[in-house]
Amino acid sequence: MDFEDTAEEAAFRKEARDWLAANVPTKEEKEGLDFLAAAKLWQKRKYDAGWAALRWPKEHGGRGATAIEAVIFGQEESKYQMVELGVFAIGHGMCAPTMMAWATEEQNKRFIPKLASGEEIWCQMFSEPAGGSDLAALRTRGEKDGDEWIINGQKIWTSGAHYADWGVIVLRTDPSAPKHQGLTYFFLDMKSPGIEIKPIKQISGGANFNEIYFTDVRVSDSQRLGEVGQGWQVALTTLMNERAAIGSGGGGVNFKSVFKLAQNINIDDEPAISDKTVRRKLADWYVTESGLKYTGYRSLSALSRGEIPGPENSIGKLVGAPKQQDMASFALDLLESSGAIWDPELSAEAGLFQATYMAAPGGRIAGGTDEIMANIVAERVLGMPQDIRVDKGIPFSEIPTANS
Amino acid sequence: MNFEFSEEQNLLREQASGFLKDHCSTKVVRKILDGDESYDQELWTKVVEMGWTATVIPEEYDGLGMSYLELCVIAEELGRSLAPLPFSSSVYLATEALLVAGSKEQKEEWLPKLASGSIIGCLAAGEGKGQVTPKSLTTSADASSLSGSKLPVADGDIADFAVVFAACDSGDGASTYLVDLNQSSVSRQKLDTIDPSRSHAKIDFAGASAELLGKEGEGWALLNNIYDRAAVLFAWEQVGGAETALEMAKDYAMGRFAFGRPIATYQAIKHKLANMYVKNTLAKSNCYYGAWALSTNAPELPIAAATARVGAIQAYYFASKENIQTHGGMGFTWEFDCQFPYRRSKLLSINIGSEPVWQEKLIKAIETGRAA
Repeated sequence: MDFEDTAEEAAFRKEARDWLAANVPTKEEKEGLDFLAAAKLWQKRKYDAGWAALRWPKEHGGRGATAIEAVIFGQEESKYQMVELGVFAIGHGMCAPTMMAWATEEQNKRFIPKLASGEEIWCQMFSEPAGGSDLAALRTRGEKDGDEWIINGQKIWTSGAHYADWGVIVLRTDPSAPKHQGLTYFFLDMKSPGIEIKPIKQISGGANFNEIYFTDVRVSDSQRLGEVGQGWQVALTTLMNERAAIGSGGGGVNFKSVFKLAQNINIDDEPAISDKTVRRKLADWYVTESGLKYTGYRSLSALSRGEIPGPENSIGKLVGAPKQQDMASFALDLLESSGAIWDPELSAEAGLFQATYMAAPGGRIAGGTDEIMANIVAERVLGMPQDIRVDKGIPFSEIPTANS
Repeated sequence: MNFEFSEEQNLLREQASGFLKDHCSTKVVRKILDGDESYDQELWTKVVEMGWTATVIPEEYDGLGMSYLELCVIAEELGRSLAPLPFSSSVYLATEALLVAGSKEQKEEWLPKLASGSIIGCLAAGEGKGQVTPKSLTTSADASSLSGSKLPVADGDIADFAVVFAACDSGDGASTYLVDLNQSSVSRQKLDTIDPSRSHAKIDFAGASAELLGKEGEGWALLNNIYDRAAVLFAWEQVGGAETALEMAKDYAMGRFAFGRPIATYQAIKHKLANMYVKNTLAKSNCYYGAWALSTNAPELPIAAATARVGAIQAYYFASKENIQTHGGMGFTWEFDCQFPYRRSKLLSINIGSEPVWQEKLIKAIETGRAA
């Protein structure tokens, strides 16, 4: 038992590290570039040198690397703290695997290399105002018209829709079929006429998500993935990859930042760190953080052996998101009334605790709420049965949607 | 990255798990709980035959000279089966004390017998209510004789010798002694406890002949060192037990119907069990960290041990109490097995320092580590 790379892994890490050191864009190179342009500059550079989309086959513009090699490159790349990396997360992590599993060879030849190179950015349009945790309850209509489908309705919580070139979408194509059976999956051009994108302002002040309105938007039947009515199965490909893409979540408040705060702030004229209650809480958070870290190491060890990580991998978000919220809340308590101030000049850690406090509710909801994640653990890991569904087998159009 | 047990170690796990399934069902635990025996002697003999008591003892002392990773594997399976054995006292505590502080002569005298299971050792630190500290110690000793009362001492009624902590005027305030328990100046009395499947005693020493272990005035440092090492092994037992509690809860929830369907379909039950799984998984990963630190003698052992210990205490307590809750009224009956993990989880969580003690140790170790 050790934490060391194998000889092959060490050689790969060195190669990656050396290439990154010589090629990560300098401040001067990024001068005057916006977020998106900086992201595209870096992605194209990786692509040209064979360092983009490591896991994908070479013929699709990837490197054909192993899972552990992809992780190692990610570890080395993350040291440069390039926030713009997130731009490609959905396209690479969710849309591309779905395309590779369901699109035609010709379509993949056209789209996958441009995804890899970052020339085209993709988004994912599943959630709707009436279809969140109950995703298959989505209502945006797709109606066949010759060789085309006409889309009308609304999607929500779509990250990056405002700069995406392409998107994947699930539509209700048969409201008379039971919920999961009346869905069909497509990909479409985000510049299609009839698409209107509006950013959603969050309680944190940011606007990472959008709502999208579709008015008589046309999509070709050739852009359908899977059969008509098979949309749910195709969507599961995307969602399985979403879960694989969700890690323990870096950034935000951690043990170190709260520990440091407790050393530098007083309770009853003594450093907070000398208070027994503070020490016990910090100990618990250290234990949780350590548990997540070493759970990650266990998964990496499985990857390193060429195996698929066990189910222990699935708990990261369920544990990490509420922990962030509780730690940020506790840090604000330690700050007493000054915790209310959210100002990079005046706040401790330039406002990290306030920012995390306000962002944390989103972390517990996005990509599966705490409750849905707990269901997933119970059903997929422990093998417990699904809850009884009162809408099962009923035509979608007859399912109640509100008290009347 | 190779943060995993080896193939051989996993084979040992399979072998241990299969053996304990055959020879240590909950019927065996119940027999000790209900009867007058202090432990299952038949099972103990088999465990000794398999060499488990000799695992980390070096070959020069007739041990197997294996690593602590093997011992962690065995600990997890013993915890999973809730084995009614003096294993933790004899192996994690008494054997460790000799390995850490024994002179060559002491090792030669005691370790081969511990390895062969011909004697059982125990550790006697506590002296009644509350946390024991060098200041609270009343047991006293001179060069060769020791007097005082120790309670509770796990396996004290059946052990052949004890590692005893007594007050000392110099150094850290304590010294450690090896005391033969089969001498006339030692009297023992079995105690009633919350977990009768693991025996405990009060031991009175009236000028008992005793032999210093380690240096005078270094007893408290030794105790802390032994506890750091034992904490990792206890944590593996606790995680094994916590997994048993989750399994019991799951099996029951799948088969128990209420309002026309299995209670396993209700989210209130699913989320409870998912929570158990999450806590068990985090605790187990911290046990891996502890196992690594113990087996490599890493300088961060105090941090790793406390981390494993706190996580395991919390996971086992949670799983064992919510297992009873999942069973409803039947879980509260003597007839059902839910009582075993519930009793054991609390016993294991308090007998080498409780949760608040280890939370404090953890933060202190982090402060020391950061200051260094």
